[in-house]
Amino acid sequence: MSDGGAPTPEKGKLALYWAASCGGCEIAVLGIDDKVLKVAEAFDIVLWPCVMDGKVRDIEKMPDKSIDLCLFNGAIRTSEQEYMAQLLRRKSKVLVAFGSCAAEGCIPALANMNTREEIFQTAYHDTPSTDNPDGVRPQIETEVPEGTLHLPLFYDTVKTLGQSVEVDYYLPGCPPEPDRIWDALVAILTGQLPAPGSVIGATTTVCDTCPRTRNEKKIKEFKRTWEIIPDPDTCLLEQGVVCCGIATRAGCGALCPTVGSPCIGCYGPNEGVVDFGARMMTALASVIDSQDPDEIDRIIQEGIPDPIGSFYRFGLANSLLRRKALAHNGDGRVAEPA
Amino acid sequence: MTEKVGVYICHCGTNIAGPVDVEEVARWAKENLDGVVLARDYRFMCSSLGQELIQEDIKNEGLTRVVVAACSPHLHEKTFRTACSKIGLNPYLTQMASIREQVSWVTEDRAAATHKAKMMVAGAVRRVQLQEELQPTEVPVNPNTLVVGGGIAGIQAALELADAGHKVFMVEREPSIGGHMAQFDKTFPTLDCAACILTPKMSDVGLHENIELLSYAEVDSLSGFVGNFDVRVRKKARYIDEDACTGCGICIEKCPKKVVDEVFEAGLGYRKAVYRPFPQAIPKFPVIDRDTCIYFERGTCKACEKFCPTEAIDFEQTDTYLDLNVGNVIMATGYDLFDCGKIPQYGYGRLANVFTSLEFERLCNAAGPTEGHILLRDGVTEPQSVGIIHCVGSRDKQHHAYCSAVCCMSALKFGHLVMEKTGAEVYSFYIDMRPLHKNYEEFYDRLLQEGMHFIRGRVAEVTDAARLPGEDGKLIIQAEDTLIGKQRRIPVDMVILLGALQPRFDAKETGLKFGVSAGLDGWFTERHPKLDPVATMTDGVFIAGTCQGPKDIPDSVAQGAAAAARVQGMISKGTVLIEPIVATIEEARCSGCRICNTLCPFNAIEYLEDKAVSYINPALCKGCGTCVAACPAQAISGAHFTNDQIFAEMEGLLYDVIGSNGATVKSPQPALEPA
Repeated sequence: MSDGGAPTPEKGKLALYWAASCGGCEIAVLGIDDKVLKVAEAFDIVLWPCVMDGKVRDIEKMPDKSIDLCLFNGAIRTSEQEYMAQLLRRKSKVLVAFGSCAAEGCIPALANMNTREEIFQTAYHDTPSTDNPDGVRPQIETEVPEGTLHLPLFYDTVKTLGQSVEVDYYLPGCPPEPDRIWDALVAILTGQLPAPGSVIGATTTVCDTCPRTRNEKKIKEFKRTWEIIPDPDTCLLEQGVVCCGIATRAGCGALCPTVGSPCIGCYGPNEGVVDFGARMMTALASVIDSQDPDEIDRIIQEGIPDPIGSFYRFGLANSLLRRKALAHNGDGRVAEPA
Repeated sequence: MTEKVGVYICHCGTNIAGPVDVEEVARWAKENLDGVVLARDYRFMCSSLGQELIQEDIKNEGLTRVVVAACSPHLHEKTFRTACSKIGLNPYLTQMASIREQVSWVTEDRAAATHKAKMMVAGAVRRVQLQEELQPTEVPVNPNTLVVGGGIAGIQAALELADAGHKVFMVEREPSIGGHMAQFDKTFPTLDCAACILTPKMSDVGLHENIELLSYAEVDSLSGFVGNFDVRVRKKARYIDEDACTGCGICIEKCPKKVVDEVFEAGLGYRKAVYRPFPQAIPKFPVIDRDTCIYFERGTCKACEKFCPTEAIDFEQTDTYLDLNVGNVIMATGYDLFDCGKIPQYGYGRLANVFTSLEFERLCNAAGPTEGHILLRDGVTEPQSVGIIHCVGSRDKQHHAYCSAVCCMSALKFGHLVMEKTGAEVYSFYIDMRPLHKNYEEFYDRLLQEGMHFIRGRVAEVTDAARLPGEDGKLIIQAEDTLIGKQRRIPVDMVILLGALQPRFDAKETGLKFGVSAGLDGWFTERHPKLDPVATMTDGVFIAGTCQGPKDIPDSVAQGAAAAARVQGMISKGTVLIEPIVATIEEARCSGCRICNTLCPFNAIEYLEDKAVSYINPALCKGCGTCVAACPAQAISGAHFTNDQIFAEMEGLLYDVIGSNGATVKSPQPALEPA
């Protein structure tokens, strides 16, 4: 970190930013423990709002491409976040979509199952704790005696960082595991990088690192986690637990399935997969042990009551679906808000 | 893109050029689609001149990819692939756009059809540029053949092959071969005795050194591919040691348990618990029917065992499995008879003297329950009048819309036999008389002269409720005689229902097992209804006889022989080319989750324990894509159907929505918000 003086010339510049996300990614950075000191040796940190004061206008004044590395976590939900994404893209040589929200939308993007209107209605009207008799809603501009106040525009659709600006590398995970963060930093520092636009990570799935024994799969019934105490040695999916390890990129070390909890897919799809949820659904549908359409319907409906939550929990924004369909004008274009 | 794509739009006479502005499609493709260096339209692309046009362009213009927009690839993909490969372009660098079946035949509006054709062409152009060269592999054909079903069609096929010197495995579900024909009395139109012409062939099968007969057995599973099928056959427990049994029949004689024979005697006669369906059965070994045998019911008896001179009875026998390797399969699984009780107004099962055609065959048969005497259900009375009702369950939208093909001639045969044996009056109630084949019309003419009565009209009901004088104690057939425009009530003593031929009750499962599809009516589907009647869409699996649709004995025999000829062709050639369109697993991406392991319909996927990854045997893979779709890690890709190729085709099809450059489907970036 800068000691207040001019940065040492050989040190690179590092920025970390936090958009629509929970803050877990920030903690994960600290999870690299004392190696953070090595990061400080290598970089001057020019922006890290979670940890130190910083001003947007200072970044705006920096020459383009003067930040060597920007780790950007969080999805793009508001116009302010989009502005910061564009600003940091302009100022950074290497922009990394850090963590699941930036990489594929993650939990914030589940809001894409609703519209802005529905979200506002819930947040500013329907919740029991809301007391808002005048029906006040956030406005982009509000006139007050002192002048005009501005709030960011709340988008209808949550986007990934890559859907807003060009991203050089993706580091998946909710949050990324500290070891993987360190691997990525080493790769960046030593220049041993894959082609721009790719994910820094494994090309296989969680099963590859899972210690459980896997057999041929025939599933008669899907079970929710509270319905079963799984056998400790056998593949969870074979026991009927919807484990997303089959489709999820390795990198976590199979932490959840190792301790008997199914993989929920936080490391995102494997290399080359276009739509994580579609992969999971075709895979599971393929191993349901029945030829009877009615029975298959029952197995799916009883065992998987929330397909979006089960299969698009982390990747809705980046999937082929992206969001629940908005009202259309009939010409394929989204209707203007009334 | 650096590929040089040639686009050819076929007129198909007016088939395509009628509804589609083909010149406009060609012009548009040339002007708008990236990579297209030339686009032509031509009257018949599949003609040799059309093919030469492509070959000239490959030679002179240096085309590296070819798109033919014409009929379905099902028909002419091979034609154009071959044309290209002859001039040195790898056949898998061509792509067809089906603008006939998918556009011109189904789109009336010319502007819409033309637009749709453009989008189809755009999809093919986009896709073809990503296609890769592929090479087929050549594998030897196993000269052994599996014949499934030992009716007349299967017998004919097996004998043709065996006589030509090839090994045949014949699997028959029942204790004896012979099929339906063995139950018949006479055959039309010559009135040969069915047994007299069938049993010599049956015994040929039984004695043939090249035929291994597996009776009382069923195919459990079939895997592999043309030239190299693995078959697992389940031999049901006969409880009789075939090696020891001499077929003397003492066990049958001594068996104290008599049961109604619902199969061979159609419920009219009896058999023992240990039985042979009929005296000339092949093989000669009886079967102990576990469900009715006293020993299996109560644990004592064993009369057969006591008297058997060769100690061939074995109550401990269990089902056994045989694994066979064959190069080709002929399915001749036959038909079931329509359940006439489903048409209650005809009274079958309610009115004693209403018979099915099969029951009547047994009544007529000298070896049958009445020793060939045509008698009413009481077993003593000869009928004085008989009514024959055609099309029971056939040509009837409530049951089967199709014509069962054999009933008209059966009716004539029955009429003749009734008149010959009893002198009774015979009335035939028909919709249309269809004596279609050689000497059939003459047989109809003969019956007209012999005095059989023909009433044209569908029967409304058969009843025993007498209304008019002379109807007491009779069955009254009520029908409109459409030739004279009057209702008729014909009192008769006996009614014969000519039930429809329908697909076997388990045809659907059988089709799945053998990879053969069936039409809506349930009959197995031939590769081409006119030009390839015994092949199926699964290479190396052929169909013959009534499993393909209703037909009579001569047609079944012809199909059996035709299927055998097709198989002999495969055996003579000795090798087959295996399509290179197969799936492969990228080991580095496979985590060994084993989702795919149970899915392959061709058993091409195995799990390599040592590497903890799955593996696809390219010789077994048919490129169906089931595992490609199911692999959650996208570790499996299908040659010629890669993600990139499929997405490119979709982007092309959506040309009018996403434009010529086409944002990639993976990261669509339409502005959903104000900037």
